[in-house]
Amino acid sequence: MKRNNKRSDFEIISNWVGDRSKVLDLGCGDGALLNYLAERKNITGFGIEKDKDNWLLSLKNNIDVIQMDLEAGLSGFEDGSFDVVILSKTIQSMHNIEALMKEMLRVGREVIVTFPNFGYWRDRLQILMGQMPISDELPYQWFDTPNVHLCTVKDFDQFCFEHKIKVLDRLVVTKNRSVHFCPNFFGALALYQLVKK
Amino acid sequence: MQDKNSVGIVQSKIFKSEAALLLDCGRKLENYELVYETYGTLNQKKDNAILVCHALSGNHHLAGYYTKKDKHPGWWDNLIGPGKSLDTNKFFVIGVNNLGGSHGSTGPKSINPKTNKNWGSKFPILSVADWVNSQKELITHLGIKKLKAVLGGSLGGMQALQWSIQFPDALDHTIVIAAAANLTAQNIAFNEVARQSILTDPDFNQGDFYEKKLVPKRGLRLARMLGHITYLSNDVMKTKFGRKTKTKGYRYNFEPEFEVESYLNYQADKFVNEFDANTYIRMTKALDYFDPAKNNIKNLSRIFKKVRSQFLVISFTSDWRFSPDRSKEIVKALLDNNIKVSYAEIDAASGHDAFLMSNDHYHAILKNYFLKMLNKK
Repeated sequence: MKRNNKRSDFEIISNWVGDRSKVLDLGCGDGALLNYLAERKNITGFGIEKDKDNWLLSLKNNIDVIQMDLEAGLSGFEDGSFDVVILSKTIQSMHNIEALMKEMLRVGREVIVTFPNFGYWRDRLQILMGQMPISDELPYQWFDTPNVHLCTVKDFDQFCFEHKIKVLDRLVVTKNRSVHFCPNFFGALALYQLVKK
Repeated sequence: MQDKNSVGIVQSKIFKSEAALLLDCGRKLENYELVYETYGTLNQKKDNAILVCHALSGNHHLAGYYTKKDKHPGWWDNLIGPGKSLDTNKFFVIGVNNLGGSHGSTGPKSINPKTNKNWGSKFPILSVADWVNSQKELITHLGIKKLKAVLGGSLGGMQALQWSIQFPDALDHTIVIAAAANLTAQNIAFNEVARQSILTDPDFNQGDFYEKKLVPKRGLRLARMLGHITYLSNDVMKTKFGRKTKTKGYRYNFEPEFEVESYLNYQADKFVNEFDANTYIRMTKALDYFDPAKNNIKNLSRIFKKVRSQFLVISFTSDWRFSPDRSKEIVKALLDNNIKVSYAEIDAASGHDAFLMSNDHYHAILKNYFLKMLNKK
């Protein structure tokens, strides 16, 4: 659940978060995103982090951070108790994605999900060359990766459709630039703003 | 040998209250005394004070030594001192022996001025809220309007929690460690066994044993042994003692031969010399009665509506007397109210006792939280 140092997604996420919102960041890492949002949008933020070292980094960064395992659900949070629930570059390492998405949509009035697009041409090329892809967004070797559920933009679109999740907005970017032509091929990172249908 | 980060030689002080304390049980306690210790310096603004509440068998002696020959420092010496996680160069730390205690504050062993005899059985049963009221008197006496934090583990954590509810504007931060918003039936059951072992000791004499020069050692020993079993995890007992014996082969008698037996007996013997049986049974009652949500954990959210402090809640994975789930209930109720809270579940093998141990990650959390208090309002 490492947060990529390149904060390419922060600005886009920030545009989707209203001023003074109450935000829950799942897998908040060192808390950088919440601090970014606190600066830009004056939010009240809470982070959830399982890893003890990341948890401590969040605390040091003045984040209010709850140590818990997302796989166990969000039972400590009331329905609709957050304006926005964010899952940034974390979904690919989760086991029970259907349950987690349901929990996020229960707790948050809006949900933001970002993930590395496995349909990105560079990833496809590496597989075509016969190897598992390694890139800025997917920096791990096949044997030490925490990622268990990688997906493409097309996969996630289908997931939302089948699970009756409404996509309010979707952006696919490569190196901070929005990709409009064949995003599932040319886009490295996908960002979704979601609500319950 | 003292370490360079020790607060060094310390002295207890006594606060004599002139106000009468109206207790939850309906009785009044007049002219009571609280014995306390302080470490570090109260700054000019008087806004760097941290109150540390003690657990069942604790006292006001948090850190340092009374004499150069003292073998053991105060009970939370691994945390508190100059340059330590709770840095006495920065904070003014206060430890107080709870009312009804057996380390100098007015308690069952004290002389009741009305009868000129030991209070004994006549000493009232105090609640966590009563303690908090008396601690507030002491804090006011020290000229402190607002504490930077109230901190405690186990029963001490319950007091910290009670502070945040009872005097919401008198503290900035509440640190609740290895505690719960009330006891489970299992916990009350353990307490009852401990109480029965004391109450049924003939030397207890219904609580009036002082003048007869008796000490209900048997009961107190059993209570302490039982307590110790529950403060440890099965795993840590396995590692620490296993089935190791002191001698080779079994002796086929009832002398302690397994190391775990020796340990329990040693702890029990140590305890009877420093703890009062009347205090013990009263402390366990305070634990049992503590229940700010009035037997409905869902009420906790409502109760926390008036809370103004920020929170740090800590639990330990192997603590089965005050399990992480119990801490999560507190966290949930705080989140329901939008109260700033951080929660850590520390991976530790030693059970409930873990809150007293020196664990790098645990102390790093506390250290950084204390630092945060100084940086941010």
